Amino acid sequence: MIMNEPDSKRIWSEYQKEIADDHYFYVRSCIRQSFFPGSEQFFLKMMREILRKDVYENPSHTTCTGIGYHTDIVPFETIMTVIARHFALMKEAGYKNIAISCVTSFGIYTEIIETWKHFPDTLEKTREYLFKATGREFDVPENMAHTSDIVYKFRNEIASMAKYRLVNRHTGKPLRVVEHIGCHYSKMFPKYGVGGAEFPKVLSGMIEAWGGEVVDYPERRHCCGFGFRQYIVQANRGYSLSNSIKKFESMKPYRPDFIITNCPGCNMFMDRWQYTIREMEGRTYGENGLSIPVLTYEEVAGLVLGINPWELGLQYHMVQPEPLIDKMGIEYSHSDKFITKDGRPLPEPGKLINV
Amino acid sequence: MTDVVVIGGGVAGMEAAGQLAGSGYKVILVEKNPYAGGNLRNWYHLFPDRRNGNDVTGYLEKLVKSPNIEILYNTCVTGITEGKGKFTVTASGGQVLEAEAVIVATGFDLFNSRRKEEYGYGIYRNVISSADLEMMFRNGSVKMADGGTPGSVGFIHCVGSRDEKSGNLYCSKLCCITAVKQAMEIHEKIKGVKTFCFYMDMRMGGAYYEEIYREAQEKYGVSFIRGKVSEVSQNIQGKLIIKAEDTLAGRPLKMELDLVVLMAGMEMSEAGGNLARMSSLRQGENRFFATADNHIASNRSNIKGVFYAGSCTAPMNITETISHSRAAVTEVINFLRDKSRR
Repeated sequence: MIMNEPDSKRIWSEYQKEIADDHYFYVRSCIRQSFFPGSEQFFLKMMREILRKDVYENPSHTTCTGIGYHTDIVPFETIMTVIARHFALMKEAGYKNIAISCVTSFGIYTEIIETWKHFPDTLEKTREYLFKATGREFDVPENMAHTSDIVYKFRNEIASMAKYRLVNRHTGKPLRVVEHIGCHYSKMFPKYGVGGAEFPKVLSGMIEAWGGEVVDYPERRHCCGFGFRQYIVQANRGYSLSNSIKKFESMKPYRPDFIITNCPGCNMFMDRWQYTIREMEGRTYGENGLSIPVLTYEEVAGLVLGINPWELGLQYHMVQPEPLIDKMGIEYSHSDKFITKDGRPLPEPGKLINV
Repeated sequence: MTDVVVIGGGVAGMEAAGQLAGSGYKVILVEKNPYAGGNLRNWYHLFPDRRNGNDVTGYLEKLVKSPNIEILYNTCVTGITEGKGKFTVTASGGQVLEAEAVIVATGFDLFNSRRKEEYGYGIYRNVISSADLEMMFRNGSVKMADGGTPGSVGFIHCVGSRDEKSGNLYCSKLCCITAVKQAMEIHEKIKGVKTFCFYMDMRMGGAYYEEIYREAQEKYGVSFIRGKVSEVSQNIQGKLIIKAEDTLAGRPLKMELDLVVLMAGMEMSEAGGNLARMSSLRQGENRFFATADNHIASNRSNIKGVFYAGSCTAPMNITETISHSRAAVTEVINFLRDKSRR
């Protein structure tokens, strides 16, 4: 790590947020539960069975409509009312601490809560809209955390139970990890993020606690390439791809062992676009012509705790994790990679990379 | 009883104490450091004529060598109270000083560049502040952290000034001219170096400032790029990468540099802020002390008998600070004269 460590740690320490210790009302992510559902499943399992925390989720919880909002399809009044309904579900269940799985949603929640703080009339109007539409009432949460904040909070407890560390078993050296924070986590409201916007600590803190080394590279803060309209407007997709390429080219000289993300969109795009770039131009960004595995923080926590990689759902990423889990010395079986828990075969994708 | 307690032994406080002593008044000068001279001690050359800062410090040190001045070093003021026509100033050494009048000359603190995290001060070893560069000049050479000579140097203006994120909406007034001066001095020390100043507006509002700005371009080839730098990072070779917008060319810009200098702005000093909290002295929106009148009473505070001198009221250069201090002395003398007539 090239950074001047003590000073960078000092800066990070100035942005601390309060993260509730227990009793969370959990709200899922549309993208995460669709594309790599193992992350959310393992988060719940880890919280409930390993860390012994109370996490409640309500099946009536819906999308936050964030993607619609960021593409100008959903008006602000509508999304505020949707969020108010989530808060009403939380109130009805007797919870005060919200735990948000998605970074887009987290950005939406922070934006709305800040709006209500500065414009109390808007809060009152939202109360009225929700009551007229559903007959429900809500309270603003006492504590709001992204689920990566919660894993950060318990990173040392996880480290104390670790079966594997983020260390290359062949060389004995720490794994080199690129951490990528979703833009909406703290770039809009730095105070809501652990470590602020410029040097967020939320993922780097986990990496360090679990034995890895953070890679600081020039395009560390650059967008993953998703950027909503860059991808959602089909004509702009080249722009999405070119942003991802900029990041990959910038991190390549550091030979990262893997990328860790806390945002659903970032994970998906940094994973899938590596496949696309490889197909289009034959370019790869990992060592020995391989691509760089892109993992969520729950998946990394799961690996550290010795959970079966296939139970974590690592096979559902485009870039396959075998080179990484081999480096960590994790034992796994090839044969149960595409098998359901009750032994039925799953369809096996044809063009997975890194296998 | 002392005639006047002067709080702060920087340029303003020394000048005020010296002038009062010269007029026969007894002064106690309270200074928090073990030495006097304030921020000036950290500066190598002064603009516009590039004279050595030590010349001015020498003048001030000579000025305060007076039997009428007692200097309390390593001492902070812990309270000011007023009663029965006199002021009682308590100090950290347990002293209780009684005086007819008080001059506040607590000056400014240089903006802590670490607060602009995106520029990487304290994180990347080749990102330095304007004050760090002055120390390099004093030490005789401009070097990178590894001891190498920089081939390219960038100056980022307005670090902690005109910046809502830092909470400082005001212009610190002296950073532009400091950057111009420092860029020229780097050219004099390093042959063939390339220098770039990233600015919002060039505010050359002092005597001969505009002329120096022109000289920097014509004689030294300093490049001035109108646009804020958004971030500084470092590549694997240890080169600094800056991202900026060239607003005149209308395009984003990315550049590799060996050394980046942050032109740190001026803020109300910590000592001044503490003094405001422990007294009823009013601060303005910019957190500097609020003067009784911007035009005709810029040395007067909201407390009769407490006066301001120098950059505790606003960013000032040395010339302005000395003039402001002398004006404060005139106010104090008039105040003491009126008081004795009553």
